[in-house]
Amino acid sequence: MNNSTPDSSQAAGEREDAVVKRHGWATRAWHWLNAICLLVLLMSGLQIFNAHPALYWGDTSHFDSPLLAMGAFRGPDGEPQGAVRVLGHQFTTTGVFGLSDLDGEPTQRGFPSWATLPSSQWLGMGRNWHFTTAWIFAPSLLAYLLYTLISRRRRRMIFPTGTQLKTLPATIWHHMRFRFDHERDYNGLQKLTYILVLFGILPLVILTGLTMSPTMNAAWPWLLDLFGGRQSARTIHFLCAFALLAFFVVHILLVLVSGVFNNLRSMITGGYRIKQTPTHTEHRTRG
Amino acid sequence: MADRKLILPDPRRRRLITGLGAIGATAALTGCDSLSRNEQVQGFLDNTQWLTRYAQRLVASREALAREFDESMIADTFRANGTTNPENDDYQQMAANNFADYRLKVNGLVDRPAEFSLEQLKAMPSRTQITRHDCVEGWSCIGQWTGAVLGPVLDQVRPKDKARFVVFHCADNTYGGPVKYYESIDMVTAHHPQTLLAYGLNGSDLPVANGAPIRLRAERQLGYKMAKYVVGLELVEDFADIQGGMGGYWEDRGYEWWAGI
Repeated sequence: MNNSTPDSSQAAGEREDAVVKRHGWATRAWHWLNAICLLVLLMSGLQIFNAHPALYWGDTSHFDSPLLAMGAFRGPDGEPQGAVRVLGHQFTTTGVFGLSDLDGEPTQRGFPSWATLPSSQWLGMGRNWHFTTAWIFAPSLLAYLLYTLISRRRRRMIFPTGTQLKTLPATIWHHMRFRFDHERDYNGLQKLTYILVLFGILPLVILTGLTMSPTMNAAWPWLLDLFGGRQSARTIHFLCAFALLAFFVVHILLVLVSGVFNNLRSMITGGYRIKQTPTHTEHRTRG
Repeated sequence: MADRKLILPDPRRRRLITGLGAIGATAALTGCDSLSRNEQVQGFLDNTQWLTRYAQRLVASREALAREFDESMIADTFRANGTTNPENDDYQQMAANNFADYRLKVNGLVDRPAEFSLEQLKAMPSRTQITRHDCVEGWSCIGQWTGAVLGPVLDQVRPKDKARFVVFHCADNTYGGPVKYYESIDMVTAHHPQTLLAYGLNGSDLPVANGAPIRLRAERQLGYKMAKYVVGLELVEDFADIQGGMGGYWEDRGYEWWAGI
């Protein structure tokens, strides 16, 4: 197909490229539905959190010893300050946590208005957004997980091969130096991350959410035993939300540095440009 | 090679996709606030509570109990919120007399309307339970409640077949405002074995801050369902004609009627 030596020019590289179909319609549809759901769930969740911006461990709220609390108080100069107390350590966070502007007025609230849905304090509406969205998010996650387990193609896509597990340290090293292979398959690190999110954090966030429901506590009391009580479940729910936020940040970062156009296209039309297999090893070692 | 055209780098298309993404994200954030003020959107979001009720009734049997705790778990002070001391004269006089003149009026769709004094309620089949109170705000507090089981009280007044809800009328003007607090539960919740007309907290008479002389305990629901300062029970077919028509003080202000989650 070409007679120039590999790596000699960009043009040569392009001739070795091919566009493959990376993501099927179900993955693409679920991805964007999920993106919207998680954004609404996060922001409405922060609205709900703001109604009582403190976290505890166990069955009940030990009001004197929260794991985390946000609030406002008067500083030494008499001006109000925002603060976060985490495990006994206090940090001044004026403008972001504890005290932030709402319609130009400094207001005592946990998370700032730009992070909550609705932006002003409105617990009832936050709950309605949260639970309605959860009704879309949870069934679609369940369907997607079942599909992933049933479909051979999906299993191959998500579960790492023995070779991928063995070369995992090398893959991590490549990522740390921002070197990315463009292959049809996910690499071992990607696969493990998606397994952790799909089968770990996402189910966990749903189960801890259900554990906060008093009717579900009566229906499935084992939920309380599993998470060590309602307030523990609330704390885990909160941590899961921020683990998902961290996943989102790293996900966006990697999408940006590993070819934003190619990545976006693979999640919209499905088409993904890869280096073809015969010259694959040469490209892997190329700087 | 059929996909060849797709791989041609096109900066305009890249900018378009990036731009659309940025516009979309901004629109979503500001749009959700205006959506929150749209009545149809509010109605739709509010209505998914019935799906939640249906699903929760499917997995929770009528008899399934809320967890009960050990005495060591009882909070030193049971947190009181909402109204903590009704300021109207009627209530204050009743409280000054240690609720000797208190009468619980039970009427509506019943064959035998009745009034019960505090002594009569205390003589009815009772239950003591150490349960966790979950506020809609997110906090929890554990207390020991003693009260008359609501089911047998209702049996005495013989609800008519078309009675579907019990409405709780209260003595307090919430936050000193113009309207009295009220709440409603359906007959499944009303006949749950842990649903009490509670008159005792942690072994003493129910304090004023926590709803003296009678408050509702409905342990599979959130705190705002558990009306304090209850002075009347009304059995109704629907609650559209009562106050805001949504079945409760907070329900009239946008909270869900189904408070099981």
